[in-house]
Amino acid sequence: MGLTVYGTTLSSRLLLGTAQYPSPAVLAEAVKTSGTAVVTVSLRREGAEGGTGAGFWSLVREFGVHVLPNTAGCHTVKEAVTTAKMAREVFRTDWVKLEVIGHHDTLQPDVFGLVEAARILSEEGFSVFPYTTDDLVVAERLIEAGCAVLMPWCAPIGSAKGPIDVDALRALRAHFPDVPLIVDAGLGRPSHAAAVMELGYDGILLNTAVAKAGDPAAMAGAFAKAVEAGHAAFHAGVLEPRDMAVPSTPVIGQAVFS
Amino acid sequence: MKLIVNGQTLEAEAQSLAALLAELGYEGDWYATAVNAEFVPGEEREQIRLSDGDRVEILTPRQGG
Repeated sequence: MGLTVYGTTLSSRLLLGTAQYPSPAVLAEAVKTSGTAVVTVSLRREGAEGGTGAGFWSLVREFGVHVLPNTAGCHTVKEAVTTAKMAREVFRTDWVKLEVIGHHDTLQPDVFGLVEAARILSEEGFSVFPYTTDDLVVAERLIEAGCAVLMPWCAPIGSAKGPIDVDALRALRAHFPDVPLIVDAGLGRPSHAAAVMELGYDGILLNTAVAKAGDPAAMAGAFAKAVEAGHAAFHAGVLEPRDMAVPSTPVIGQAVFS
Repeated sequence: MKLIVNGQTLEAEAQSLAALLAELGYEGDWYATAVNAEFVPGEEREQIRLSDGDRVEILTPRQGG
């Protein structure tokens, strides 16, 4: 079974950011090896030389995947809502990765503004993918505001720390068994992605860990395998840790030599 | 009139947002616009009259995480 978000079933549980790659060619290769069905994009002012936006948009359309525009860099509800509306027109999608940033150093979401912006955009027909913390109450408010997907961080954006509060992620999963949960931000390596998926998460959104790898395309492939492995492991039933050793080889029938 | 376009103050002849885009050489359907922080859809650009000091944002697709 694939991951279904807002009525669209995706062929991959790995969502990929398009920023920070060494070149457009490397980005294209990473998208291919990741097998992703969704890439994130943004809106910015045109560079002095012109044509940057058109070239990038043309490249993204060649990927043949869904596009998830973000509101990165927005610090107020107003900025985020205006950016989302602008993105809807250019990218021709109701999907928006909603970011309302509350802190310059940690890029922590302003969860109060996030809930307010999510409500406004949901009422205006957007399918909101909120970049949020792992806070349970905020998650409830986002769902009340109209979000049918949650994207909690597992560590600050670009920090590569991996899940720093597994209990909080586990609690979110337990409280929202039917809401697609996608960890967005903070992953550094494939084992982090596998660990999150083993908790029963529905997907992973990555950017820096792939784009800044020595070989982004190879790393994208490695993450794809980790996401699949973690997902399969969750459904297979993961053995819980035990305090004592338990022999794996049968004890009964063992020879006695003394 | 003086406008602030993408953060740069400039002198423009254009009276409407559509005319401003043409004046600045923005062609194509990969631009989104806002005036004074309010989104202006493409089909409304002709009707939007600009005033001295207006802040115009013209945005285009870019890499994102």
